[in-house]
Amino acid sequence: MTYISRRVVLFIITLWAAITLNFVLPRLMPGSPVDAALGKLAAAGVPITNAERNAIEIQLGMPHASLISQYGEYLRNIALLRFGTSYSYPTQTVAETIGKALPWTLELVGAATIFAFIIGTLLGIYAGWRRGTATDSSITVGATFFGAFPPFWLGLLLLYLLAFKFGWFPIKGGYDPGLTPTLSVSFMLNALWHSVLPALTMAITTLSGWVFGMRNNMINTLGEDFVTFAEANGLRARTVATLYAARNALLPNVTAFGLALGSVVGGSVLVEGVFSYPGVGGLLFIAVTNHDYPLMQALLLVFSLSMLVAIFIVDLLYVRLDPRVRR
Amino acid sequence: MALLEARGVNVVYEPSRGQRIWAVRDVNLTLEAGEFVGIVGESGCGKTTLGYALTRMLRPPARLDGGVITFDGTDIATLAGEQLRRRRRNGFALVMQSGMNALNPVRSIGHQFGDVLKANARPGDHLDAAAIRQRSTSLLESVQLDAEVLGRFPHELSGGMRQRVSIALALALEPRLIVFDEPTTALDVIVQEAVIQTIKDLQRDRGFTAVLISHDLGVVLEATDRVLVMYGGRIVEDQPAAVIAEGAHHPYTEALLNCYADPRADEVVLGGIPGSPPDLSLTEPGCPFTPRCPLAQDICREVDPPLAPLGRGWAACHVRAPAVRAGVEAGRAS
Amino acid sequence: MTVLTAMPPPPEAPGRAANVRSGTASSVPGPLRFGGRAIRTIWSNGKARAGLIMLGLFICIAVFAPLIAPHSPTATSFTPYSGPTSTNWFGTTGNGQDVFSQLIYGSRVSLLVGFGAGALATLVAVTLGLIAGYRPGLVDELLGFVTNLALVIPALPLMIVLAAYLQGHSVWTIVLVVAFTSWATGARVIRSQTATLRTRDFVTSAVFSGERLLRVVFREILPNMTSLVAASFFAAATAAILAEASLEFLGLGNPATVSWGTILYAAEQQNALLTGQWLMVLAPGLAIALLMMSLTLINFGVDALSNPRLREK
Repeated sequence: MTYISRRVVLFIITLWAAITLNFVLPRLMPGSPVDAALGKLAAAGVPITNAERNAIEIQLGMPHASLISQYGEYLRNIALLRFGTSYSYPTQTVAETIGKALPWTLELVGAATIFAFIIGTLLGIYAGWRRGTATDSSITVGATFFGAFPPFWLGLLLLYLLAFKFGWFPIKGGYDPGLTPTLSVSFMLNALWHSVLPALTMAITTLSGWVFGMRNNMINTLGEDFVTFAEANGLRARTVATLYAARNALLPNVTAFGLALGSVVGGSVLVEGVFSYPGVGGLLFIAVTNHDYPLMQALLLVFSLSMLVAIFIVDLLYVRLDPRVRR
Repeated sequence: MALLEARGVNVVYEPSRGQRIWAVRDVNLTLEAGEFVGIVGESGCGKTTLGYALTRMLRPPARLDGGVITFDGTDIATLAGEQLRRRRRNGFALVMQSGMNALNPVRSIGHQFGDVLKANARPGDHLDAAAIRQRSTSLLESVQLDAEVLGRFPHELSGGMRQRVSIALALALEPRLIVFDEPTTALDVIVQEAVIQTIKDLQRDRGFTAVLISHDLGVVLEATDRVLVMYGGRIVEDQPAAVIAEGAHHPYTEALLNCYADPRADEVVLGGIPGSPPDLSLTEPGCPFTPRCPLAQDICREVDPPLAPLGRGWAACHVRAPAVRAGVEAGRAS
Repeated sequence: MTVLTAMPPPPEAPGRAANVRSGTASSVPGPLRFGGRAIRTIWSNGKARAGLIMLGLFICIAVFAPLIAPHSPTATSFTPYSGPTSTNWFGTTGNGQDVFSQLIYGSRVSLLVGFGAGALATLVAVTLGLIAGYRPGLVDELLGFVTNLALVIPALPLMIVLAAYLQGHSVWTIVLVVAFTSWATGARVIRSQTATLRTRDFVTSAVFSGERLLRVVFREILPNMTSLVAASFFAAATAAILAEASLEFLGLGNPATVSWGTILYAAEQQNALLTGQWLMVLAPGLAIALLMMSLTLINFGVDALSNPRLREK
């Protein structure tokens, strides 16, 4: 089997496993999430139709039907994107709620991660190349320090300093309260302005991982024979550092990039919570506060899926970078 | 003028924890243009370290500690950075052990040739893609490889092919000195033979000075004109290859020769050398072979034996090649 | 969020060969000898030394909390919502509790959860990693798949969902949830390393000389992975400290617990930043950051233990 087809199979199998895990989880929990969910929905004023009750039970656990039939119904609902109604947002389905929030998170996470990856990798290459010097120490110590900041705390700090005290950035939200989301340039700019602080927070906290990973890889690669041979053949130091050392040291980091991209979506929970950002992370924040199980379930699935997709895309990219896996 | 003269070369390994190790001690060596020299010795004798030192490829924690290495009139021991890099072109090159990992795994062979050719281009050279391809092809032909190798990646080539590619890449510098560090050690015997033959042919055709480092005395005797025997970081014998199997020599060399049994003899007696290699962290004077030497005398324990005339070459042995007086040092230098 | 390089040191690296020990006897017991050498190596690394000192300070603070803190952390006898005063150096919470004392006592929870969850996660990782790495075949494939699955489900959302479901609201719930979500990275690394070591000569010879499976694993393989396990532990503990604080911050822990995360939770609830109580936000966050940083710094030394190339000159 070629590398790519193996990856596709793995993707499908893992996706299935994640979906199944999502099915199993609420059924393992003590107490009855179904009753709690129904109770909350009633309190939010949503009429409990039979269809509504059915949807909730399929998701969270039917006391009377067999597990197999529940599972079948569950899979069908997933395929049709029927996740029920959230009681935090009773006027729309869970699917709609998530659908509106997802682009915000993708844009935020995407920007932050790409930024952190590029800067972190470059710093790591430089630190590894100049290993043992003052430059290396300052980069590593600096990265350790910034990497240790709890993301939500850094967010609070930046919020306080740059938004509250200095007023350079807005305090909350994805866009100004009066505006309605459109695709106009002015709205985009406004959204961009709102995304700077949360993106900066995420970028700073994830930066250190890249720096260390790349630095370690560089140090290991620099000990390889082909780097010595390149130098013996008169290649310039810069060529050796980039085309020979860094290019090889990069490879393990690329696979890690996929994992990181997916997991940063999960990490966005705290940052979006702090900044009241309208992404899926913020949704989870709200869902947890309200014990909104249908929403939580669906979100967990979305997070897992985004992780899988990110890994898959990166795996495809890896084939381009490492000729040894091509068939 | 000799192509390369090394005087008082010492190499020390300084690990962050642990003792300092003197891998190469007070080596004096002269290489003429066009010579084919072999350096032979057991593991840990310092031959590879010496090879790397002469081509200025030592890496931390190894360090050149004093000594002068004059290549074509210039002391290269003090050069560094860009100055050192420039000297390699048409200067000295190194082919590493068996080329297994000597090639960049993510770059095609053709690109790697391009890298080397472009890095060593002279001002005024016009190196477009066609010129690079043409030169790469001719370099590959000189090591009996086909041009289609250029499109391949290292992992697609066999060990022997990779070794040849390494040699071809080193040739791209048009060097006047090439040090081959154990070029055949990780190859099987049949491929070994072919690679050695290739090296011999190249040396004869292009006339560069070749230094062949190997623990395999057989390989060295087959290819080289002159053999240096190293022990404990020092050169203990220096003889033309033709005579090394005859006559009296340094006790270590004799013991080494004894290790090779004659397969045609009726009784094959496998020899060995009793004792263990010297502790390279000690810096006391005296001949390093003393504990294992059947001819050892008191002076051997106290005074470093200098290289003195023995037969058609030199040996560092108080017993076999006693230094008549201190002045023999000066006689050796030319 | 740290990203572990998924690359165990190459098997033929010279330092690894030098570090390999088979379970032969010596006058000083093996583990003690190794421990002494390990501590010396770690101590010799500048960054790690700083980390050890910082960690030592935190441990002292936690152990001697009753002596250091000026007041009881739960006493509600002070004026609520006040800023820094002479009695309450860092101000008070909405319940009138002294933030500074809470900060001091909070170190206990962070250290407990951090090391507890870290140890638990590492234990699971080592067990599964050893099993998977040692026996190639169905067991390995299955465990590998489970590990990959655990890696794919994002840790924080899973933790959040689990904690919300369990509604246990105790420190032990948090420890379990955190450990449950962070064993996978370590397991993967340990599995690779076990698989590599399994093919090494000294293991083969031990098996051939009739050593039983458990002895081979514990006397031949595990000692050669000690630094890897230690590195996994410190990484897991670091992540656990952050996770605990995050969960408390989200209100998923027990608000009655005194921990750095709950202080931040309270701060968020009472909009401390906007009311000028910025110390209440700054201090616990800084404490978390410094504790995490100390463990990461120590890990620099542990890394150097297993990969001599990384040792500082």
